[in-house]
Amino acid sequence: MTSPTKAGAADTLTGGPRRRHAYRGAPLPLLVPALIGLAFLVLPLVALLIRAPWSSMPDLLTSTEVWQALQLSLVCATAATAVSLVIGVPLAWLLARVEFPGRGLVRALVTLPLVLPPVVGGVALLMALGRNGVVGKWLDAWFGITLPFTTTGVVIAEAFVAMPFLVISVEGTLRAADPRYEEAAQTLGASRFTAFRRVTLPLIAPGVAAGAVLAWARALGEFGATITFAGNFPGRTQTMPLAVYLALQNDPEAAIALSLVLLAVSIAVLAGLRDRWMTAS
Amino acid sequence: MMQVTGVGAAALLALSACSSSDDDSSKGSGSDASASSSPKLSGEVTVFAAASLKESFETLGKEFEQAHPGTKITFSFGGSDALAASITGGAPADVFASASPKTMKIVTDAGDNAIDPATFVRNQLEIATLPGNPDKVASLKDLTNKDLKVVLCDKTVPCGAAAEKALTASKLKLTPVSYEEDVKSALNKVVLKEADAAVVYKTDVKAAGDKVEGVEFPESADAINDYPITLLKESRNTDTAKAFIALVQSAEGQKVLTAAGFLQP
Amino acid sequence: MSDVEKKTISYDVQAPSADGLDARLVVERGSFRLDVALSAKPGDVVALLGPNGAGKTTALRALAGLVPLTDGHLRLDGTELDRTPPESRPVGVVFQDYLLFPHLTALDNVAFGPRCHGASKGEARAQAAVWLDRMGLTTHASAKPRRLSGGQAQRVALARALATHPRLLLLDEPLAALDARTRLDVRAQLRRHLADFEAVAVLVTHDPLDAMVLADHLVVVEEGRVVQQGTPADIARHPRTDYIAHLVGLNLYRGQADGHTVHVESGSTVTTTEHLTGPVFVAFPPSAVTLHRDRPTGSSARNFWRCEVAGLETHGDQIRVALGGELPLAADLTTVAAAELDLHAGAVVWATVKAAQTHAYPA
Repeated sequence: MTSPTKAGAADTLTGGPRRRHAYRGAPLPLLVPALIGLAFLVLPLVALLIRAPWSSMPDLLTSTEVWQALQLSLVCATAATAVSLVIGVPLAWLLARVEFPGRGLVRALVTLPLVLPPVVGGVALLMALGRNGVVGKWLDAWFGITLPFTTTGVVIAEAFVAMPFLVISVEGTLRAADPRYEEAAQTLGASRFTAFRRVTLPLIAPGVAAGAVLAWARALGEFGATITFAGNFPGRTQTMPLAVYLALQNDPEAAIALSLVLLAVSIAVLAGLRDRWMTAS
Repeated sequence: MMQVTGVGAAALLALSACSSSDDDSSKGSGSDASASSSPKLSGEVTVFAAASLKESFETLGKEFEQAHPGTKITFSFGGSDALAASITGGAPADVFASASPKTMKIVTDAGDNAIDPATFVRNQLEIATLPGNPDKVASLKDLTNKDLKVVLCDKTVPCGAAAEKALTASKLKLTPVSYEEDVKSALNKVVLKEADAAVVYKTDVKAAGDKVEGVEFPESADAINDYPITLLKESRNTDTAKAFIALVQSAEGQKVLTAAGFLQP
Repeated sequence: MSDVEKKTISYDVQAPSADGLDARLVVERGSFRLDVALSAKPGDVVALLGPNGAGKTTALRALAGLVPLTDGHLRLDGTELDRTPPESRPVGVVFQDYLLFPHLTALDNVAFGPRCHGASKGEARAQAAVWLDRMGLTTHASAKPRRLSGGQAQRVALARALATHPRLLLLDEPLAALDARTRLDVRAQLRRHLADFEAVAVLVTHDPLDAMVLADHLVVVEEGRVVQQGTPADIARHPRTDYIAHLVGLNLYRGQADGHTVHVESGSTVTTTEHLTGPVFVAFPPSAVTLHRDRPTGSSARNFWRCEVAGLETHGDQIRVALGGELPLAADLTTVAAAELDLHAGAVVWATVKAAQTHAYPA
């Protein structure tokens, strides 16, 4: 991603030395802002690496709290993504394929967690699923289930903020997918659900994968809703973002170390995802 | 509870306050060097204060503004540790009142204070339970009951440090369901009835009125927090800021603070 | 069904009742109303022919169950299918752009139907292999649809539809997506497959040649209604609408017959060899028309009209002249003849046709 061959192209125009590979990349008005955008996103990460307390890193990283928080973060983010897939994909299908009155309103409601401040989301979850919540009250009374302060609570909070990403991504893909394949499947004897399962789902798989990755990343970084709904307890509800936040007040170096760990793990996972799994072939 | 994610919000708030205070102090004539005989105070002052000081400081702030028309006191409440971190990180503020010498030390170690901090009140811990105390909590030991959902402040927060001190001193092992990031969050969990009890300050119990019921415990006497207050070097309006600090430390200020449940220094 | 069948193309007969198709399809879509009656015996190939927007595809989709009937009935082999969902109908469809599932190989595409009907993966694949063999596509069994040529994809689509042993096979413009050269071969192959298909086949097309070659029975649909039906030869010789006439390349007129004279609607008369009275159609091909620069005198032709040239266009290796005037008609000339007559827009010519070359029939 370097821009030096602009000179090469100019040379060719003026009849200068011809390069073997003419520069056929992006036009300047697009390239320059793109590079600025890249620098903008990468600079804070680079700064983190530069200012990291490398010498004291081993000590900082050997505490059990760090690995507890990391493990919890990964497990909860993955669980939240799984939940989002199971209920989000059908929801996306409903919004994309079934015409019903008020569909636009429902779509707006589904994407509400995207604009809601996470802490507000956490409070709302408490109102709904807390010990005295609208639904939580009955969960407690009938099943003895309370969700706040539990790992399940973390998964719920993370799923709440992450699912809209998945729903939007999958709905977009479904709309773009040709519904006639489902018709073809029906004429071959497939029920609507079988057609969905064996034809539509494989065709939208890249969109679903992309949505799942977005959801996973969002869930991993969630803070406000988690701390409000599930609280903060090491090993049970203290995810990495919470650990970083609390460490920051006390011991900024530890906070940086934790941030780097989270960063490294996230990059490893996201970079490991192949481009071709995410885009329609 | 909303001001909790306050590190960023506090900085933003202080920034906006600071920029307009610039305008005001350039307009106003109050803050010139001749501060000898009752100078006309004006302009904005930003106060970072521990969450437990919310109600009393807001009252004092209004009193100050009424006594000195043309002034404006803006507050940012939160966990003392978070506030200290943002001050050392460069957030512009005039006054810092923290809930423990330890958190104040973060600021003084960085050299961000203009004068030496002075203790202006002390706060004592108290247990907050659900209204009517349905679980019949009578002592610190009762909190160790496994069926109770107890919430503590995180150890990095003065309230949490004090609670830990009290628990260690009485050789009690308490496993809470959550370590909250400031005392108001901890209190709110009880107010929302999500938790059965929380270890907070006397002042918080008082401020919550009938939403919680307070239970005093003797071990709290061993873990009283001194609250220091200081003027910050970054202050753009030192006269008004100093005047506010003076109000806090005056008899009038002490009246308000004691009424809220604080102990005299 | 696990033994490999012989190469002879023969399809299993499953249903004992052999009533065939008996349908009246009424579909209302906004301001468009389709009202078409179709009937066919097992073994028949029916072509729905008509201009775009006539409602042919709607009729096909109604037969498949993809569009609900507003009214009417649909009986196949004696069973009323009107309320049955598409997946439960014994109907197979070959779509216009085939709609082969892109994520499945050709083999799995063909195996899809049998699997939906309860066959295990292995059984379904075995059946599919047999079908592909019949189509001559065994070497392409493991290819994904995007690697198949148009003709190959069409055959896979046909195999896929046939693999479920449907009692009604529907084909939507089966050759439209192919280039002219492939179309020739595929049309011939399709004709053989359809001829051997023992249940009812209905195909939709706007190409009269497809209809003529593939179908036993034509149903011409215009604006949601059946305007004419019969054998291809019948329709070609006795068109009843301008569309069909244009399609089969005839000059067509409506008029009142009075013995050998037909008074055509435009005001002129046409003399024919048939003796009829009452409302009639009269038709003659463009090739039967002769053009003269001067009014012919003493010619044996009893039909001649003064016309003006409205347009010229090449038509194969001839020139087709569009004429207006006493009787609007189309005439085919050789290029040489057209040049000799000095034809240009607006030129006045006299058109003649022998009575023996006209054909009149009751309307």
